[in-house]
Amino acid sequence: MRSGNRVNGGPTTRALSFLLVLAGVFIVLLPFFWMLSSAFKPESEIFRSPPQWIPRPVQWANLLKSLTILPFSIYYRNTAIITAATMIGDVLTAAVVAYGFARFRFPGRGMLFILVLSTLMLPIQVTIIPRFMLFKAFHWLDTFAPIIVPAYFGGSAFYIFLLRQFFLTIPRELDDAAKMDGLGPFAIFSRIIFPLAKPALAIIAIFSFLYNWNDFFVPLIFLNSEAHYTVALGLTSLKGHFFSTINLLMAASLIAMLPCLVLFFLAQKYFMGGVVVTGVKG
Amino acid sequence: MQRKEAAWGYLFISPWLTGFVFLMGGPIIVSLALSLFNWDLLSPARFVGFANFSRLLHDRLFWQSLKVTGLYTASSVPLSLVLGLSIAVLMNQKIPLLSFFRTLFYLPSVVSGVAVSLLWVWIYHPEFGLLNTFLKTLGISGPAWLQDPLWALPSLVVMGLWQVGGTMIIYLAGLQGIPTQLYEAAWMDGANRPQTFFRITIPMITPVLLYNVIVGIINSLQLFTQPYIMTAGGPNYATLAYVMYLYRNAFQWFKMGYASALAWVLFLLLLICTVLLLRSATSWVYYESETPSRKKDATKHALRK
Repeated sequence: MRSGNRVNGGPTTRALSFLLVLAGVFIVLLPFFWMLSSAFKPESEIFRSPPQWIPRPVQWANLLKSLTILPFSIYYRNTAIITAATMIGDVLTAAVVAYGFARFRFPGRGMLFILVLSTLMLPIQVTIIPRFMLFKAFHWLDTFAPIIVPAYFGGSAFYIFLLRQFFLTIPRELDDAAKMDGLGPFAIFSRIIFPLAKPALAIIAIFSFLYNWNDFFVPLIFLNSEAHYTVALGLTSLKGHFFSTINLLMAASLIAMLPCLVLFFLAQKYFMGGVVVTGVKG
Repeated sequence: MQRKEAAWGYLFISPWLTGFVFLMGGPIIVSLALSLFNWDLLSPARFVGFANFSRLLHDRLFWQSLKVTGLYTASSVPLSLVLGLSIAVLMNQKIPLLSFFRTLFYLPSVVSGVAVSLLWVWIYHPEFGLLNTFLKTLGISGPAWLQDPLWALPSLVVMGLWQVGGTMIIYLAGLQGIPTQLYEAAWMDGANRPQTFFRITIPMITPVLLYNVIVGIINSLQLFTQPYIMTAGGPNYATLAYVMYLYRNAFQWFKMGYASALAWVLFLLLLICTVLLLRSATSWVYYESETPSRKKDATKHALRK
C-alpha cells in the first residue's frame, strides 16, 4: 500500500473527510458500547430512561451468571473442538489441493479449476438436504462429524483459490532443486512448500476460525441434543430461557464475541492482507 | 513422465474431487431427483413428478419468502455498494490513523451472526432500545421496528449495513491500486473532481465492484440467521426469508421433496444472477492486467471518454 497512490484534496476537504470518517467510526462502535454497557448493568437499570451509559454499580457477576444459567462450559468446549478440527481440515486440504492445481499438469485441470471456482457461488443451503440424508445414512446426525468431515474434503473453494494464487508466486526452481536432491512430490510439498506458505496458511486458519466459531446454520441442522450444542446454538436457547434477562443476554453475547475480536486484533495484519487479496485479485 | 505427473496431480486434488462428488455436485443432482418425490423420511418416498413445482406456484408463502429475500437483496446490495464506496473514498486520502479506522470499521464483520442479532434485538427494543432512545431525544417517537410489519425488513437491512466495513476495505484496496499518474494527467487536462471520479475512479475499480456485487448477492440470498433469531419470520411473514422457509419445510415439517424443490429454485436463482452479472461484466468491467499495450489504450480511452 503505497501512500503515493492516494488522491488528496485540499486541507479543508481532508479535514472534512476526517470528521466524516470519525463520525462513521463512532456509529460503528456505538452498538458495541451499548452492549458493553448493558452487559454490566443490574437488571433494574436496564429499563431506565434515559439510559445510563456507565453502569452503576458495575455488575461483574453478570458474566458468570450468563454462563451458568445454561451449561455454557460444555457449549464452549464443543465449539472449540469443532472449530479446531475444522480449521486443521480446511488448512490441510486446501493446501494439498491448491498445490495439485498450481504445480501439476493433468488433463482437465483448467475445467476442474473453473468447477472449484463455481462452487464459490454454491451456498450450503442448496445442498443441505442431500447432505442431511447422506449423514443420516452414516448415523452421524447429532454428532460433530457432519460439520467437521466436509472440511477434510476440499473445505472451501475460497481457501483453495487463495492458496493456489500464493503457490503460483513461489518460484518453480525451488521444486526443481528439491527434485534434483531426490525428493518426491509429496516430500517437496510437505517439507518445502508447506512451510514456505505459512503466511497464507495463517490467513486461511483465521478465516476458518471466524467462520466456524460463528456458524449457526449447519450446527442448527445437525446438532439436536443440548450436550452437543455450540455457543451459537446455546445463545439462541438462552434467549428463550425463563431466567434470562437482557443484561445477561448481552453479557453472554459479549463473551461469545471475545475470541473473534481478540483473534482479529492480534492477527489483523495477516487478515487485512487476506481480505484484500481475495477482493482485488479475485 | 507426463503420465506420472498427471497421476500426482489427480492424487493431490483427490480430496476436493471426492468432496465435490459427494457434497456438492452429487447433492445438486440428488436434490433435483428428490424434488420429484414426496418424502417425510419415515414412510417410503412417493413419486409425484413435477407436482412439487406446480404446488410452489400456488404457495402464498413461497412467493412471500421470495419477495422478502428479493427485497432484502435489492436494497442491501446497492446500499452497501454506495455506503462502502463512499467511506472508502473518504478514507483514501492521507487522513491520520487510517489503518486504525480501517480495523474499527471491519470489527462488526468478524463477530457472530447470533450474538449480533441478539444485540440488535435490544437496539431495536421499542421502548428502551438504543435507537428509539436516541430518536426520543430528537422528539421523534420511533416505531416498534421488528414488531412492525412495515419496518421489520428495513430494520434487518440497516443492521446489515452496520457490517459494511467488509466491502469497504476491498473498495479501499481497489482505490489504492489506481496509479496516480492517471489523476495527474486528468488534472493537467483541466478535469474537475467529479469528472475524475466518474471517468477514472469508477472505471478503474469495476473489477472490485463486480466482485463485491456478486458476493453481496450470494450472501443476501442466504439471509437466515437474523430473521430466525430476531423475528422468527414475522410479524405476519414480513421477514420470512427464503432460506427460512426452506429450513422450515425440510427440518421442521420434514417435507423433503418440497424443500428440495425450494432448494433447486434457489440454485437456479443464484445461477441466473451470477451468469447475468458475469455476462454483463464484459461490457462494463475493465481489467487493467490484460496486456501492457491494451492497458495504455484503455487508459487513454478512459481519459478521453
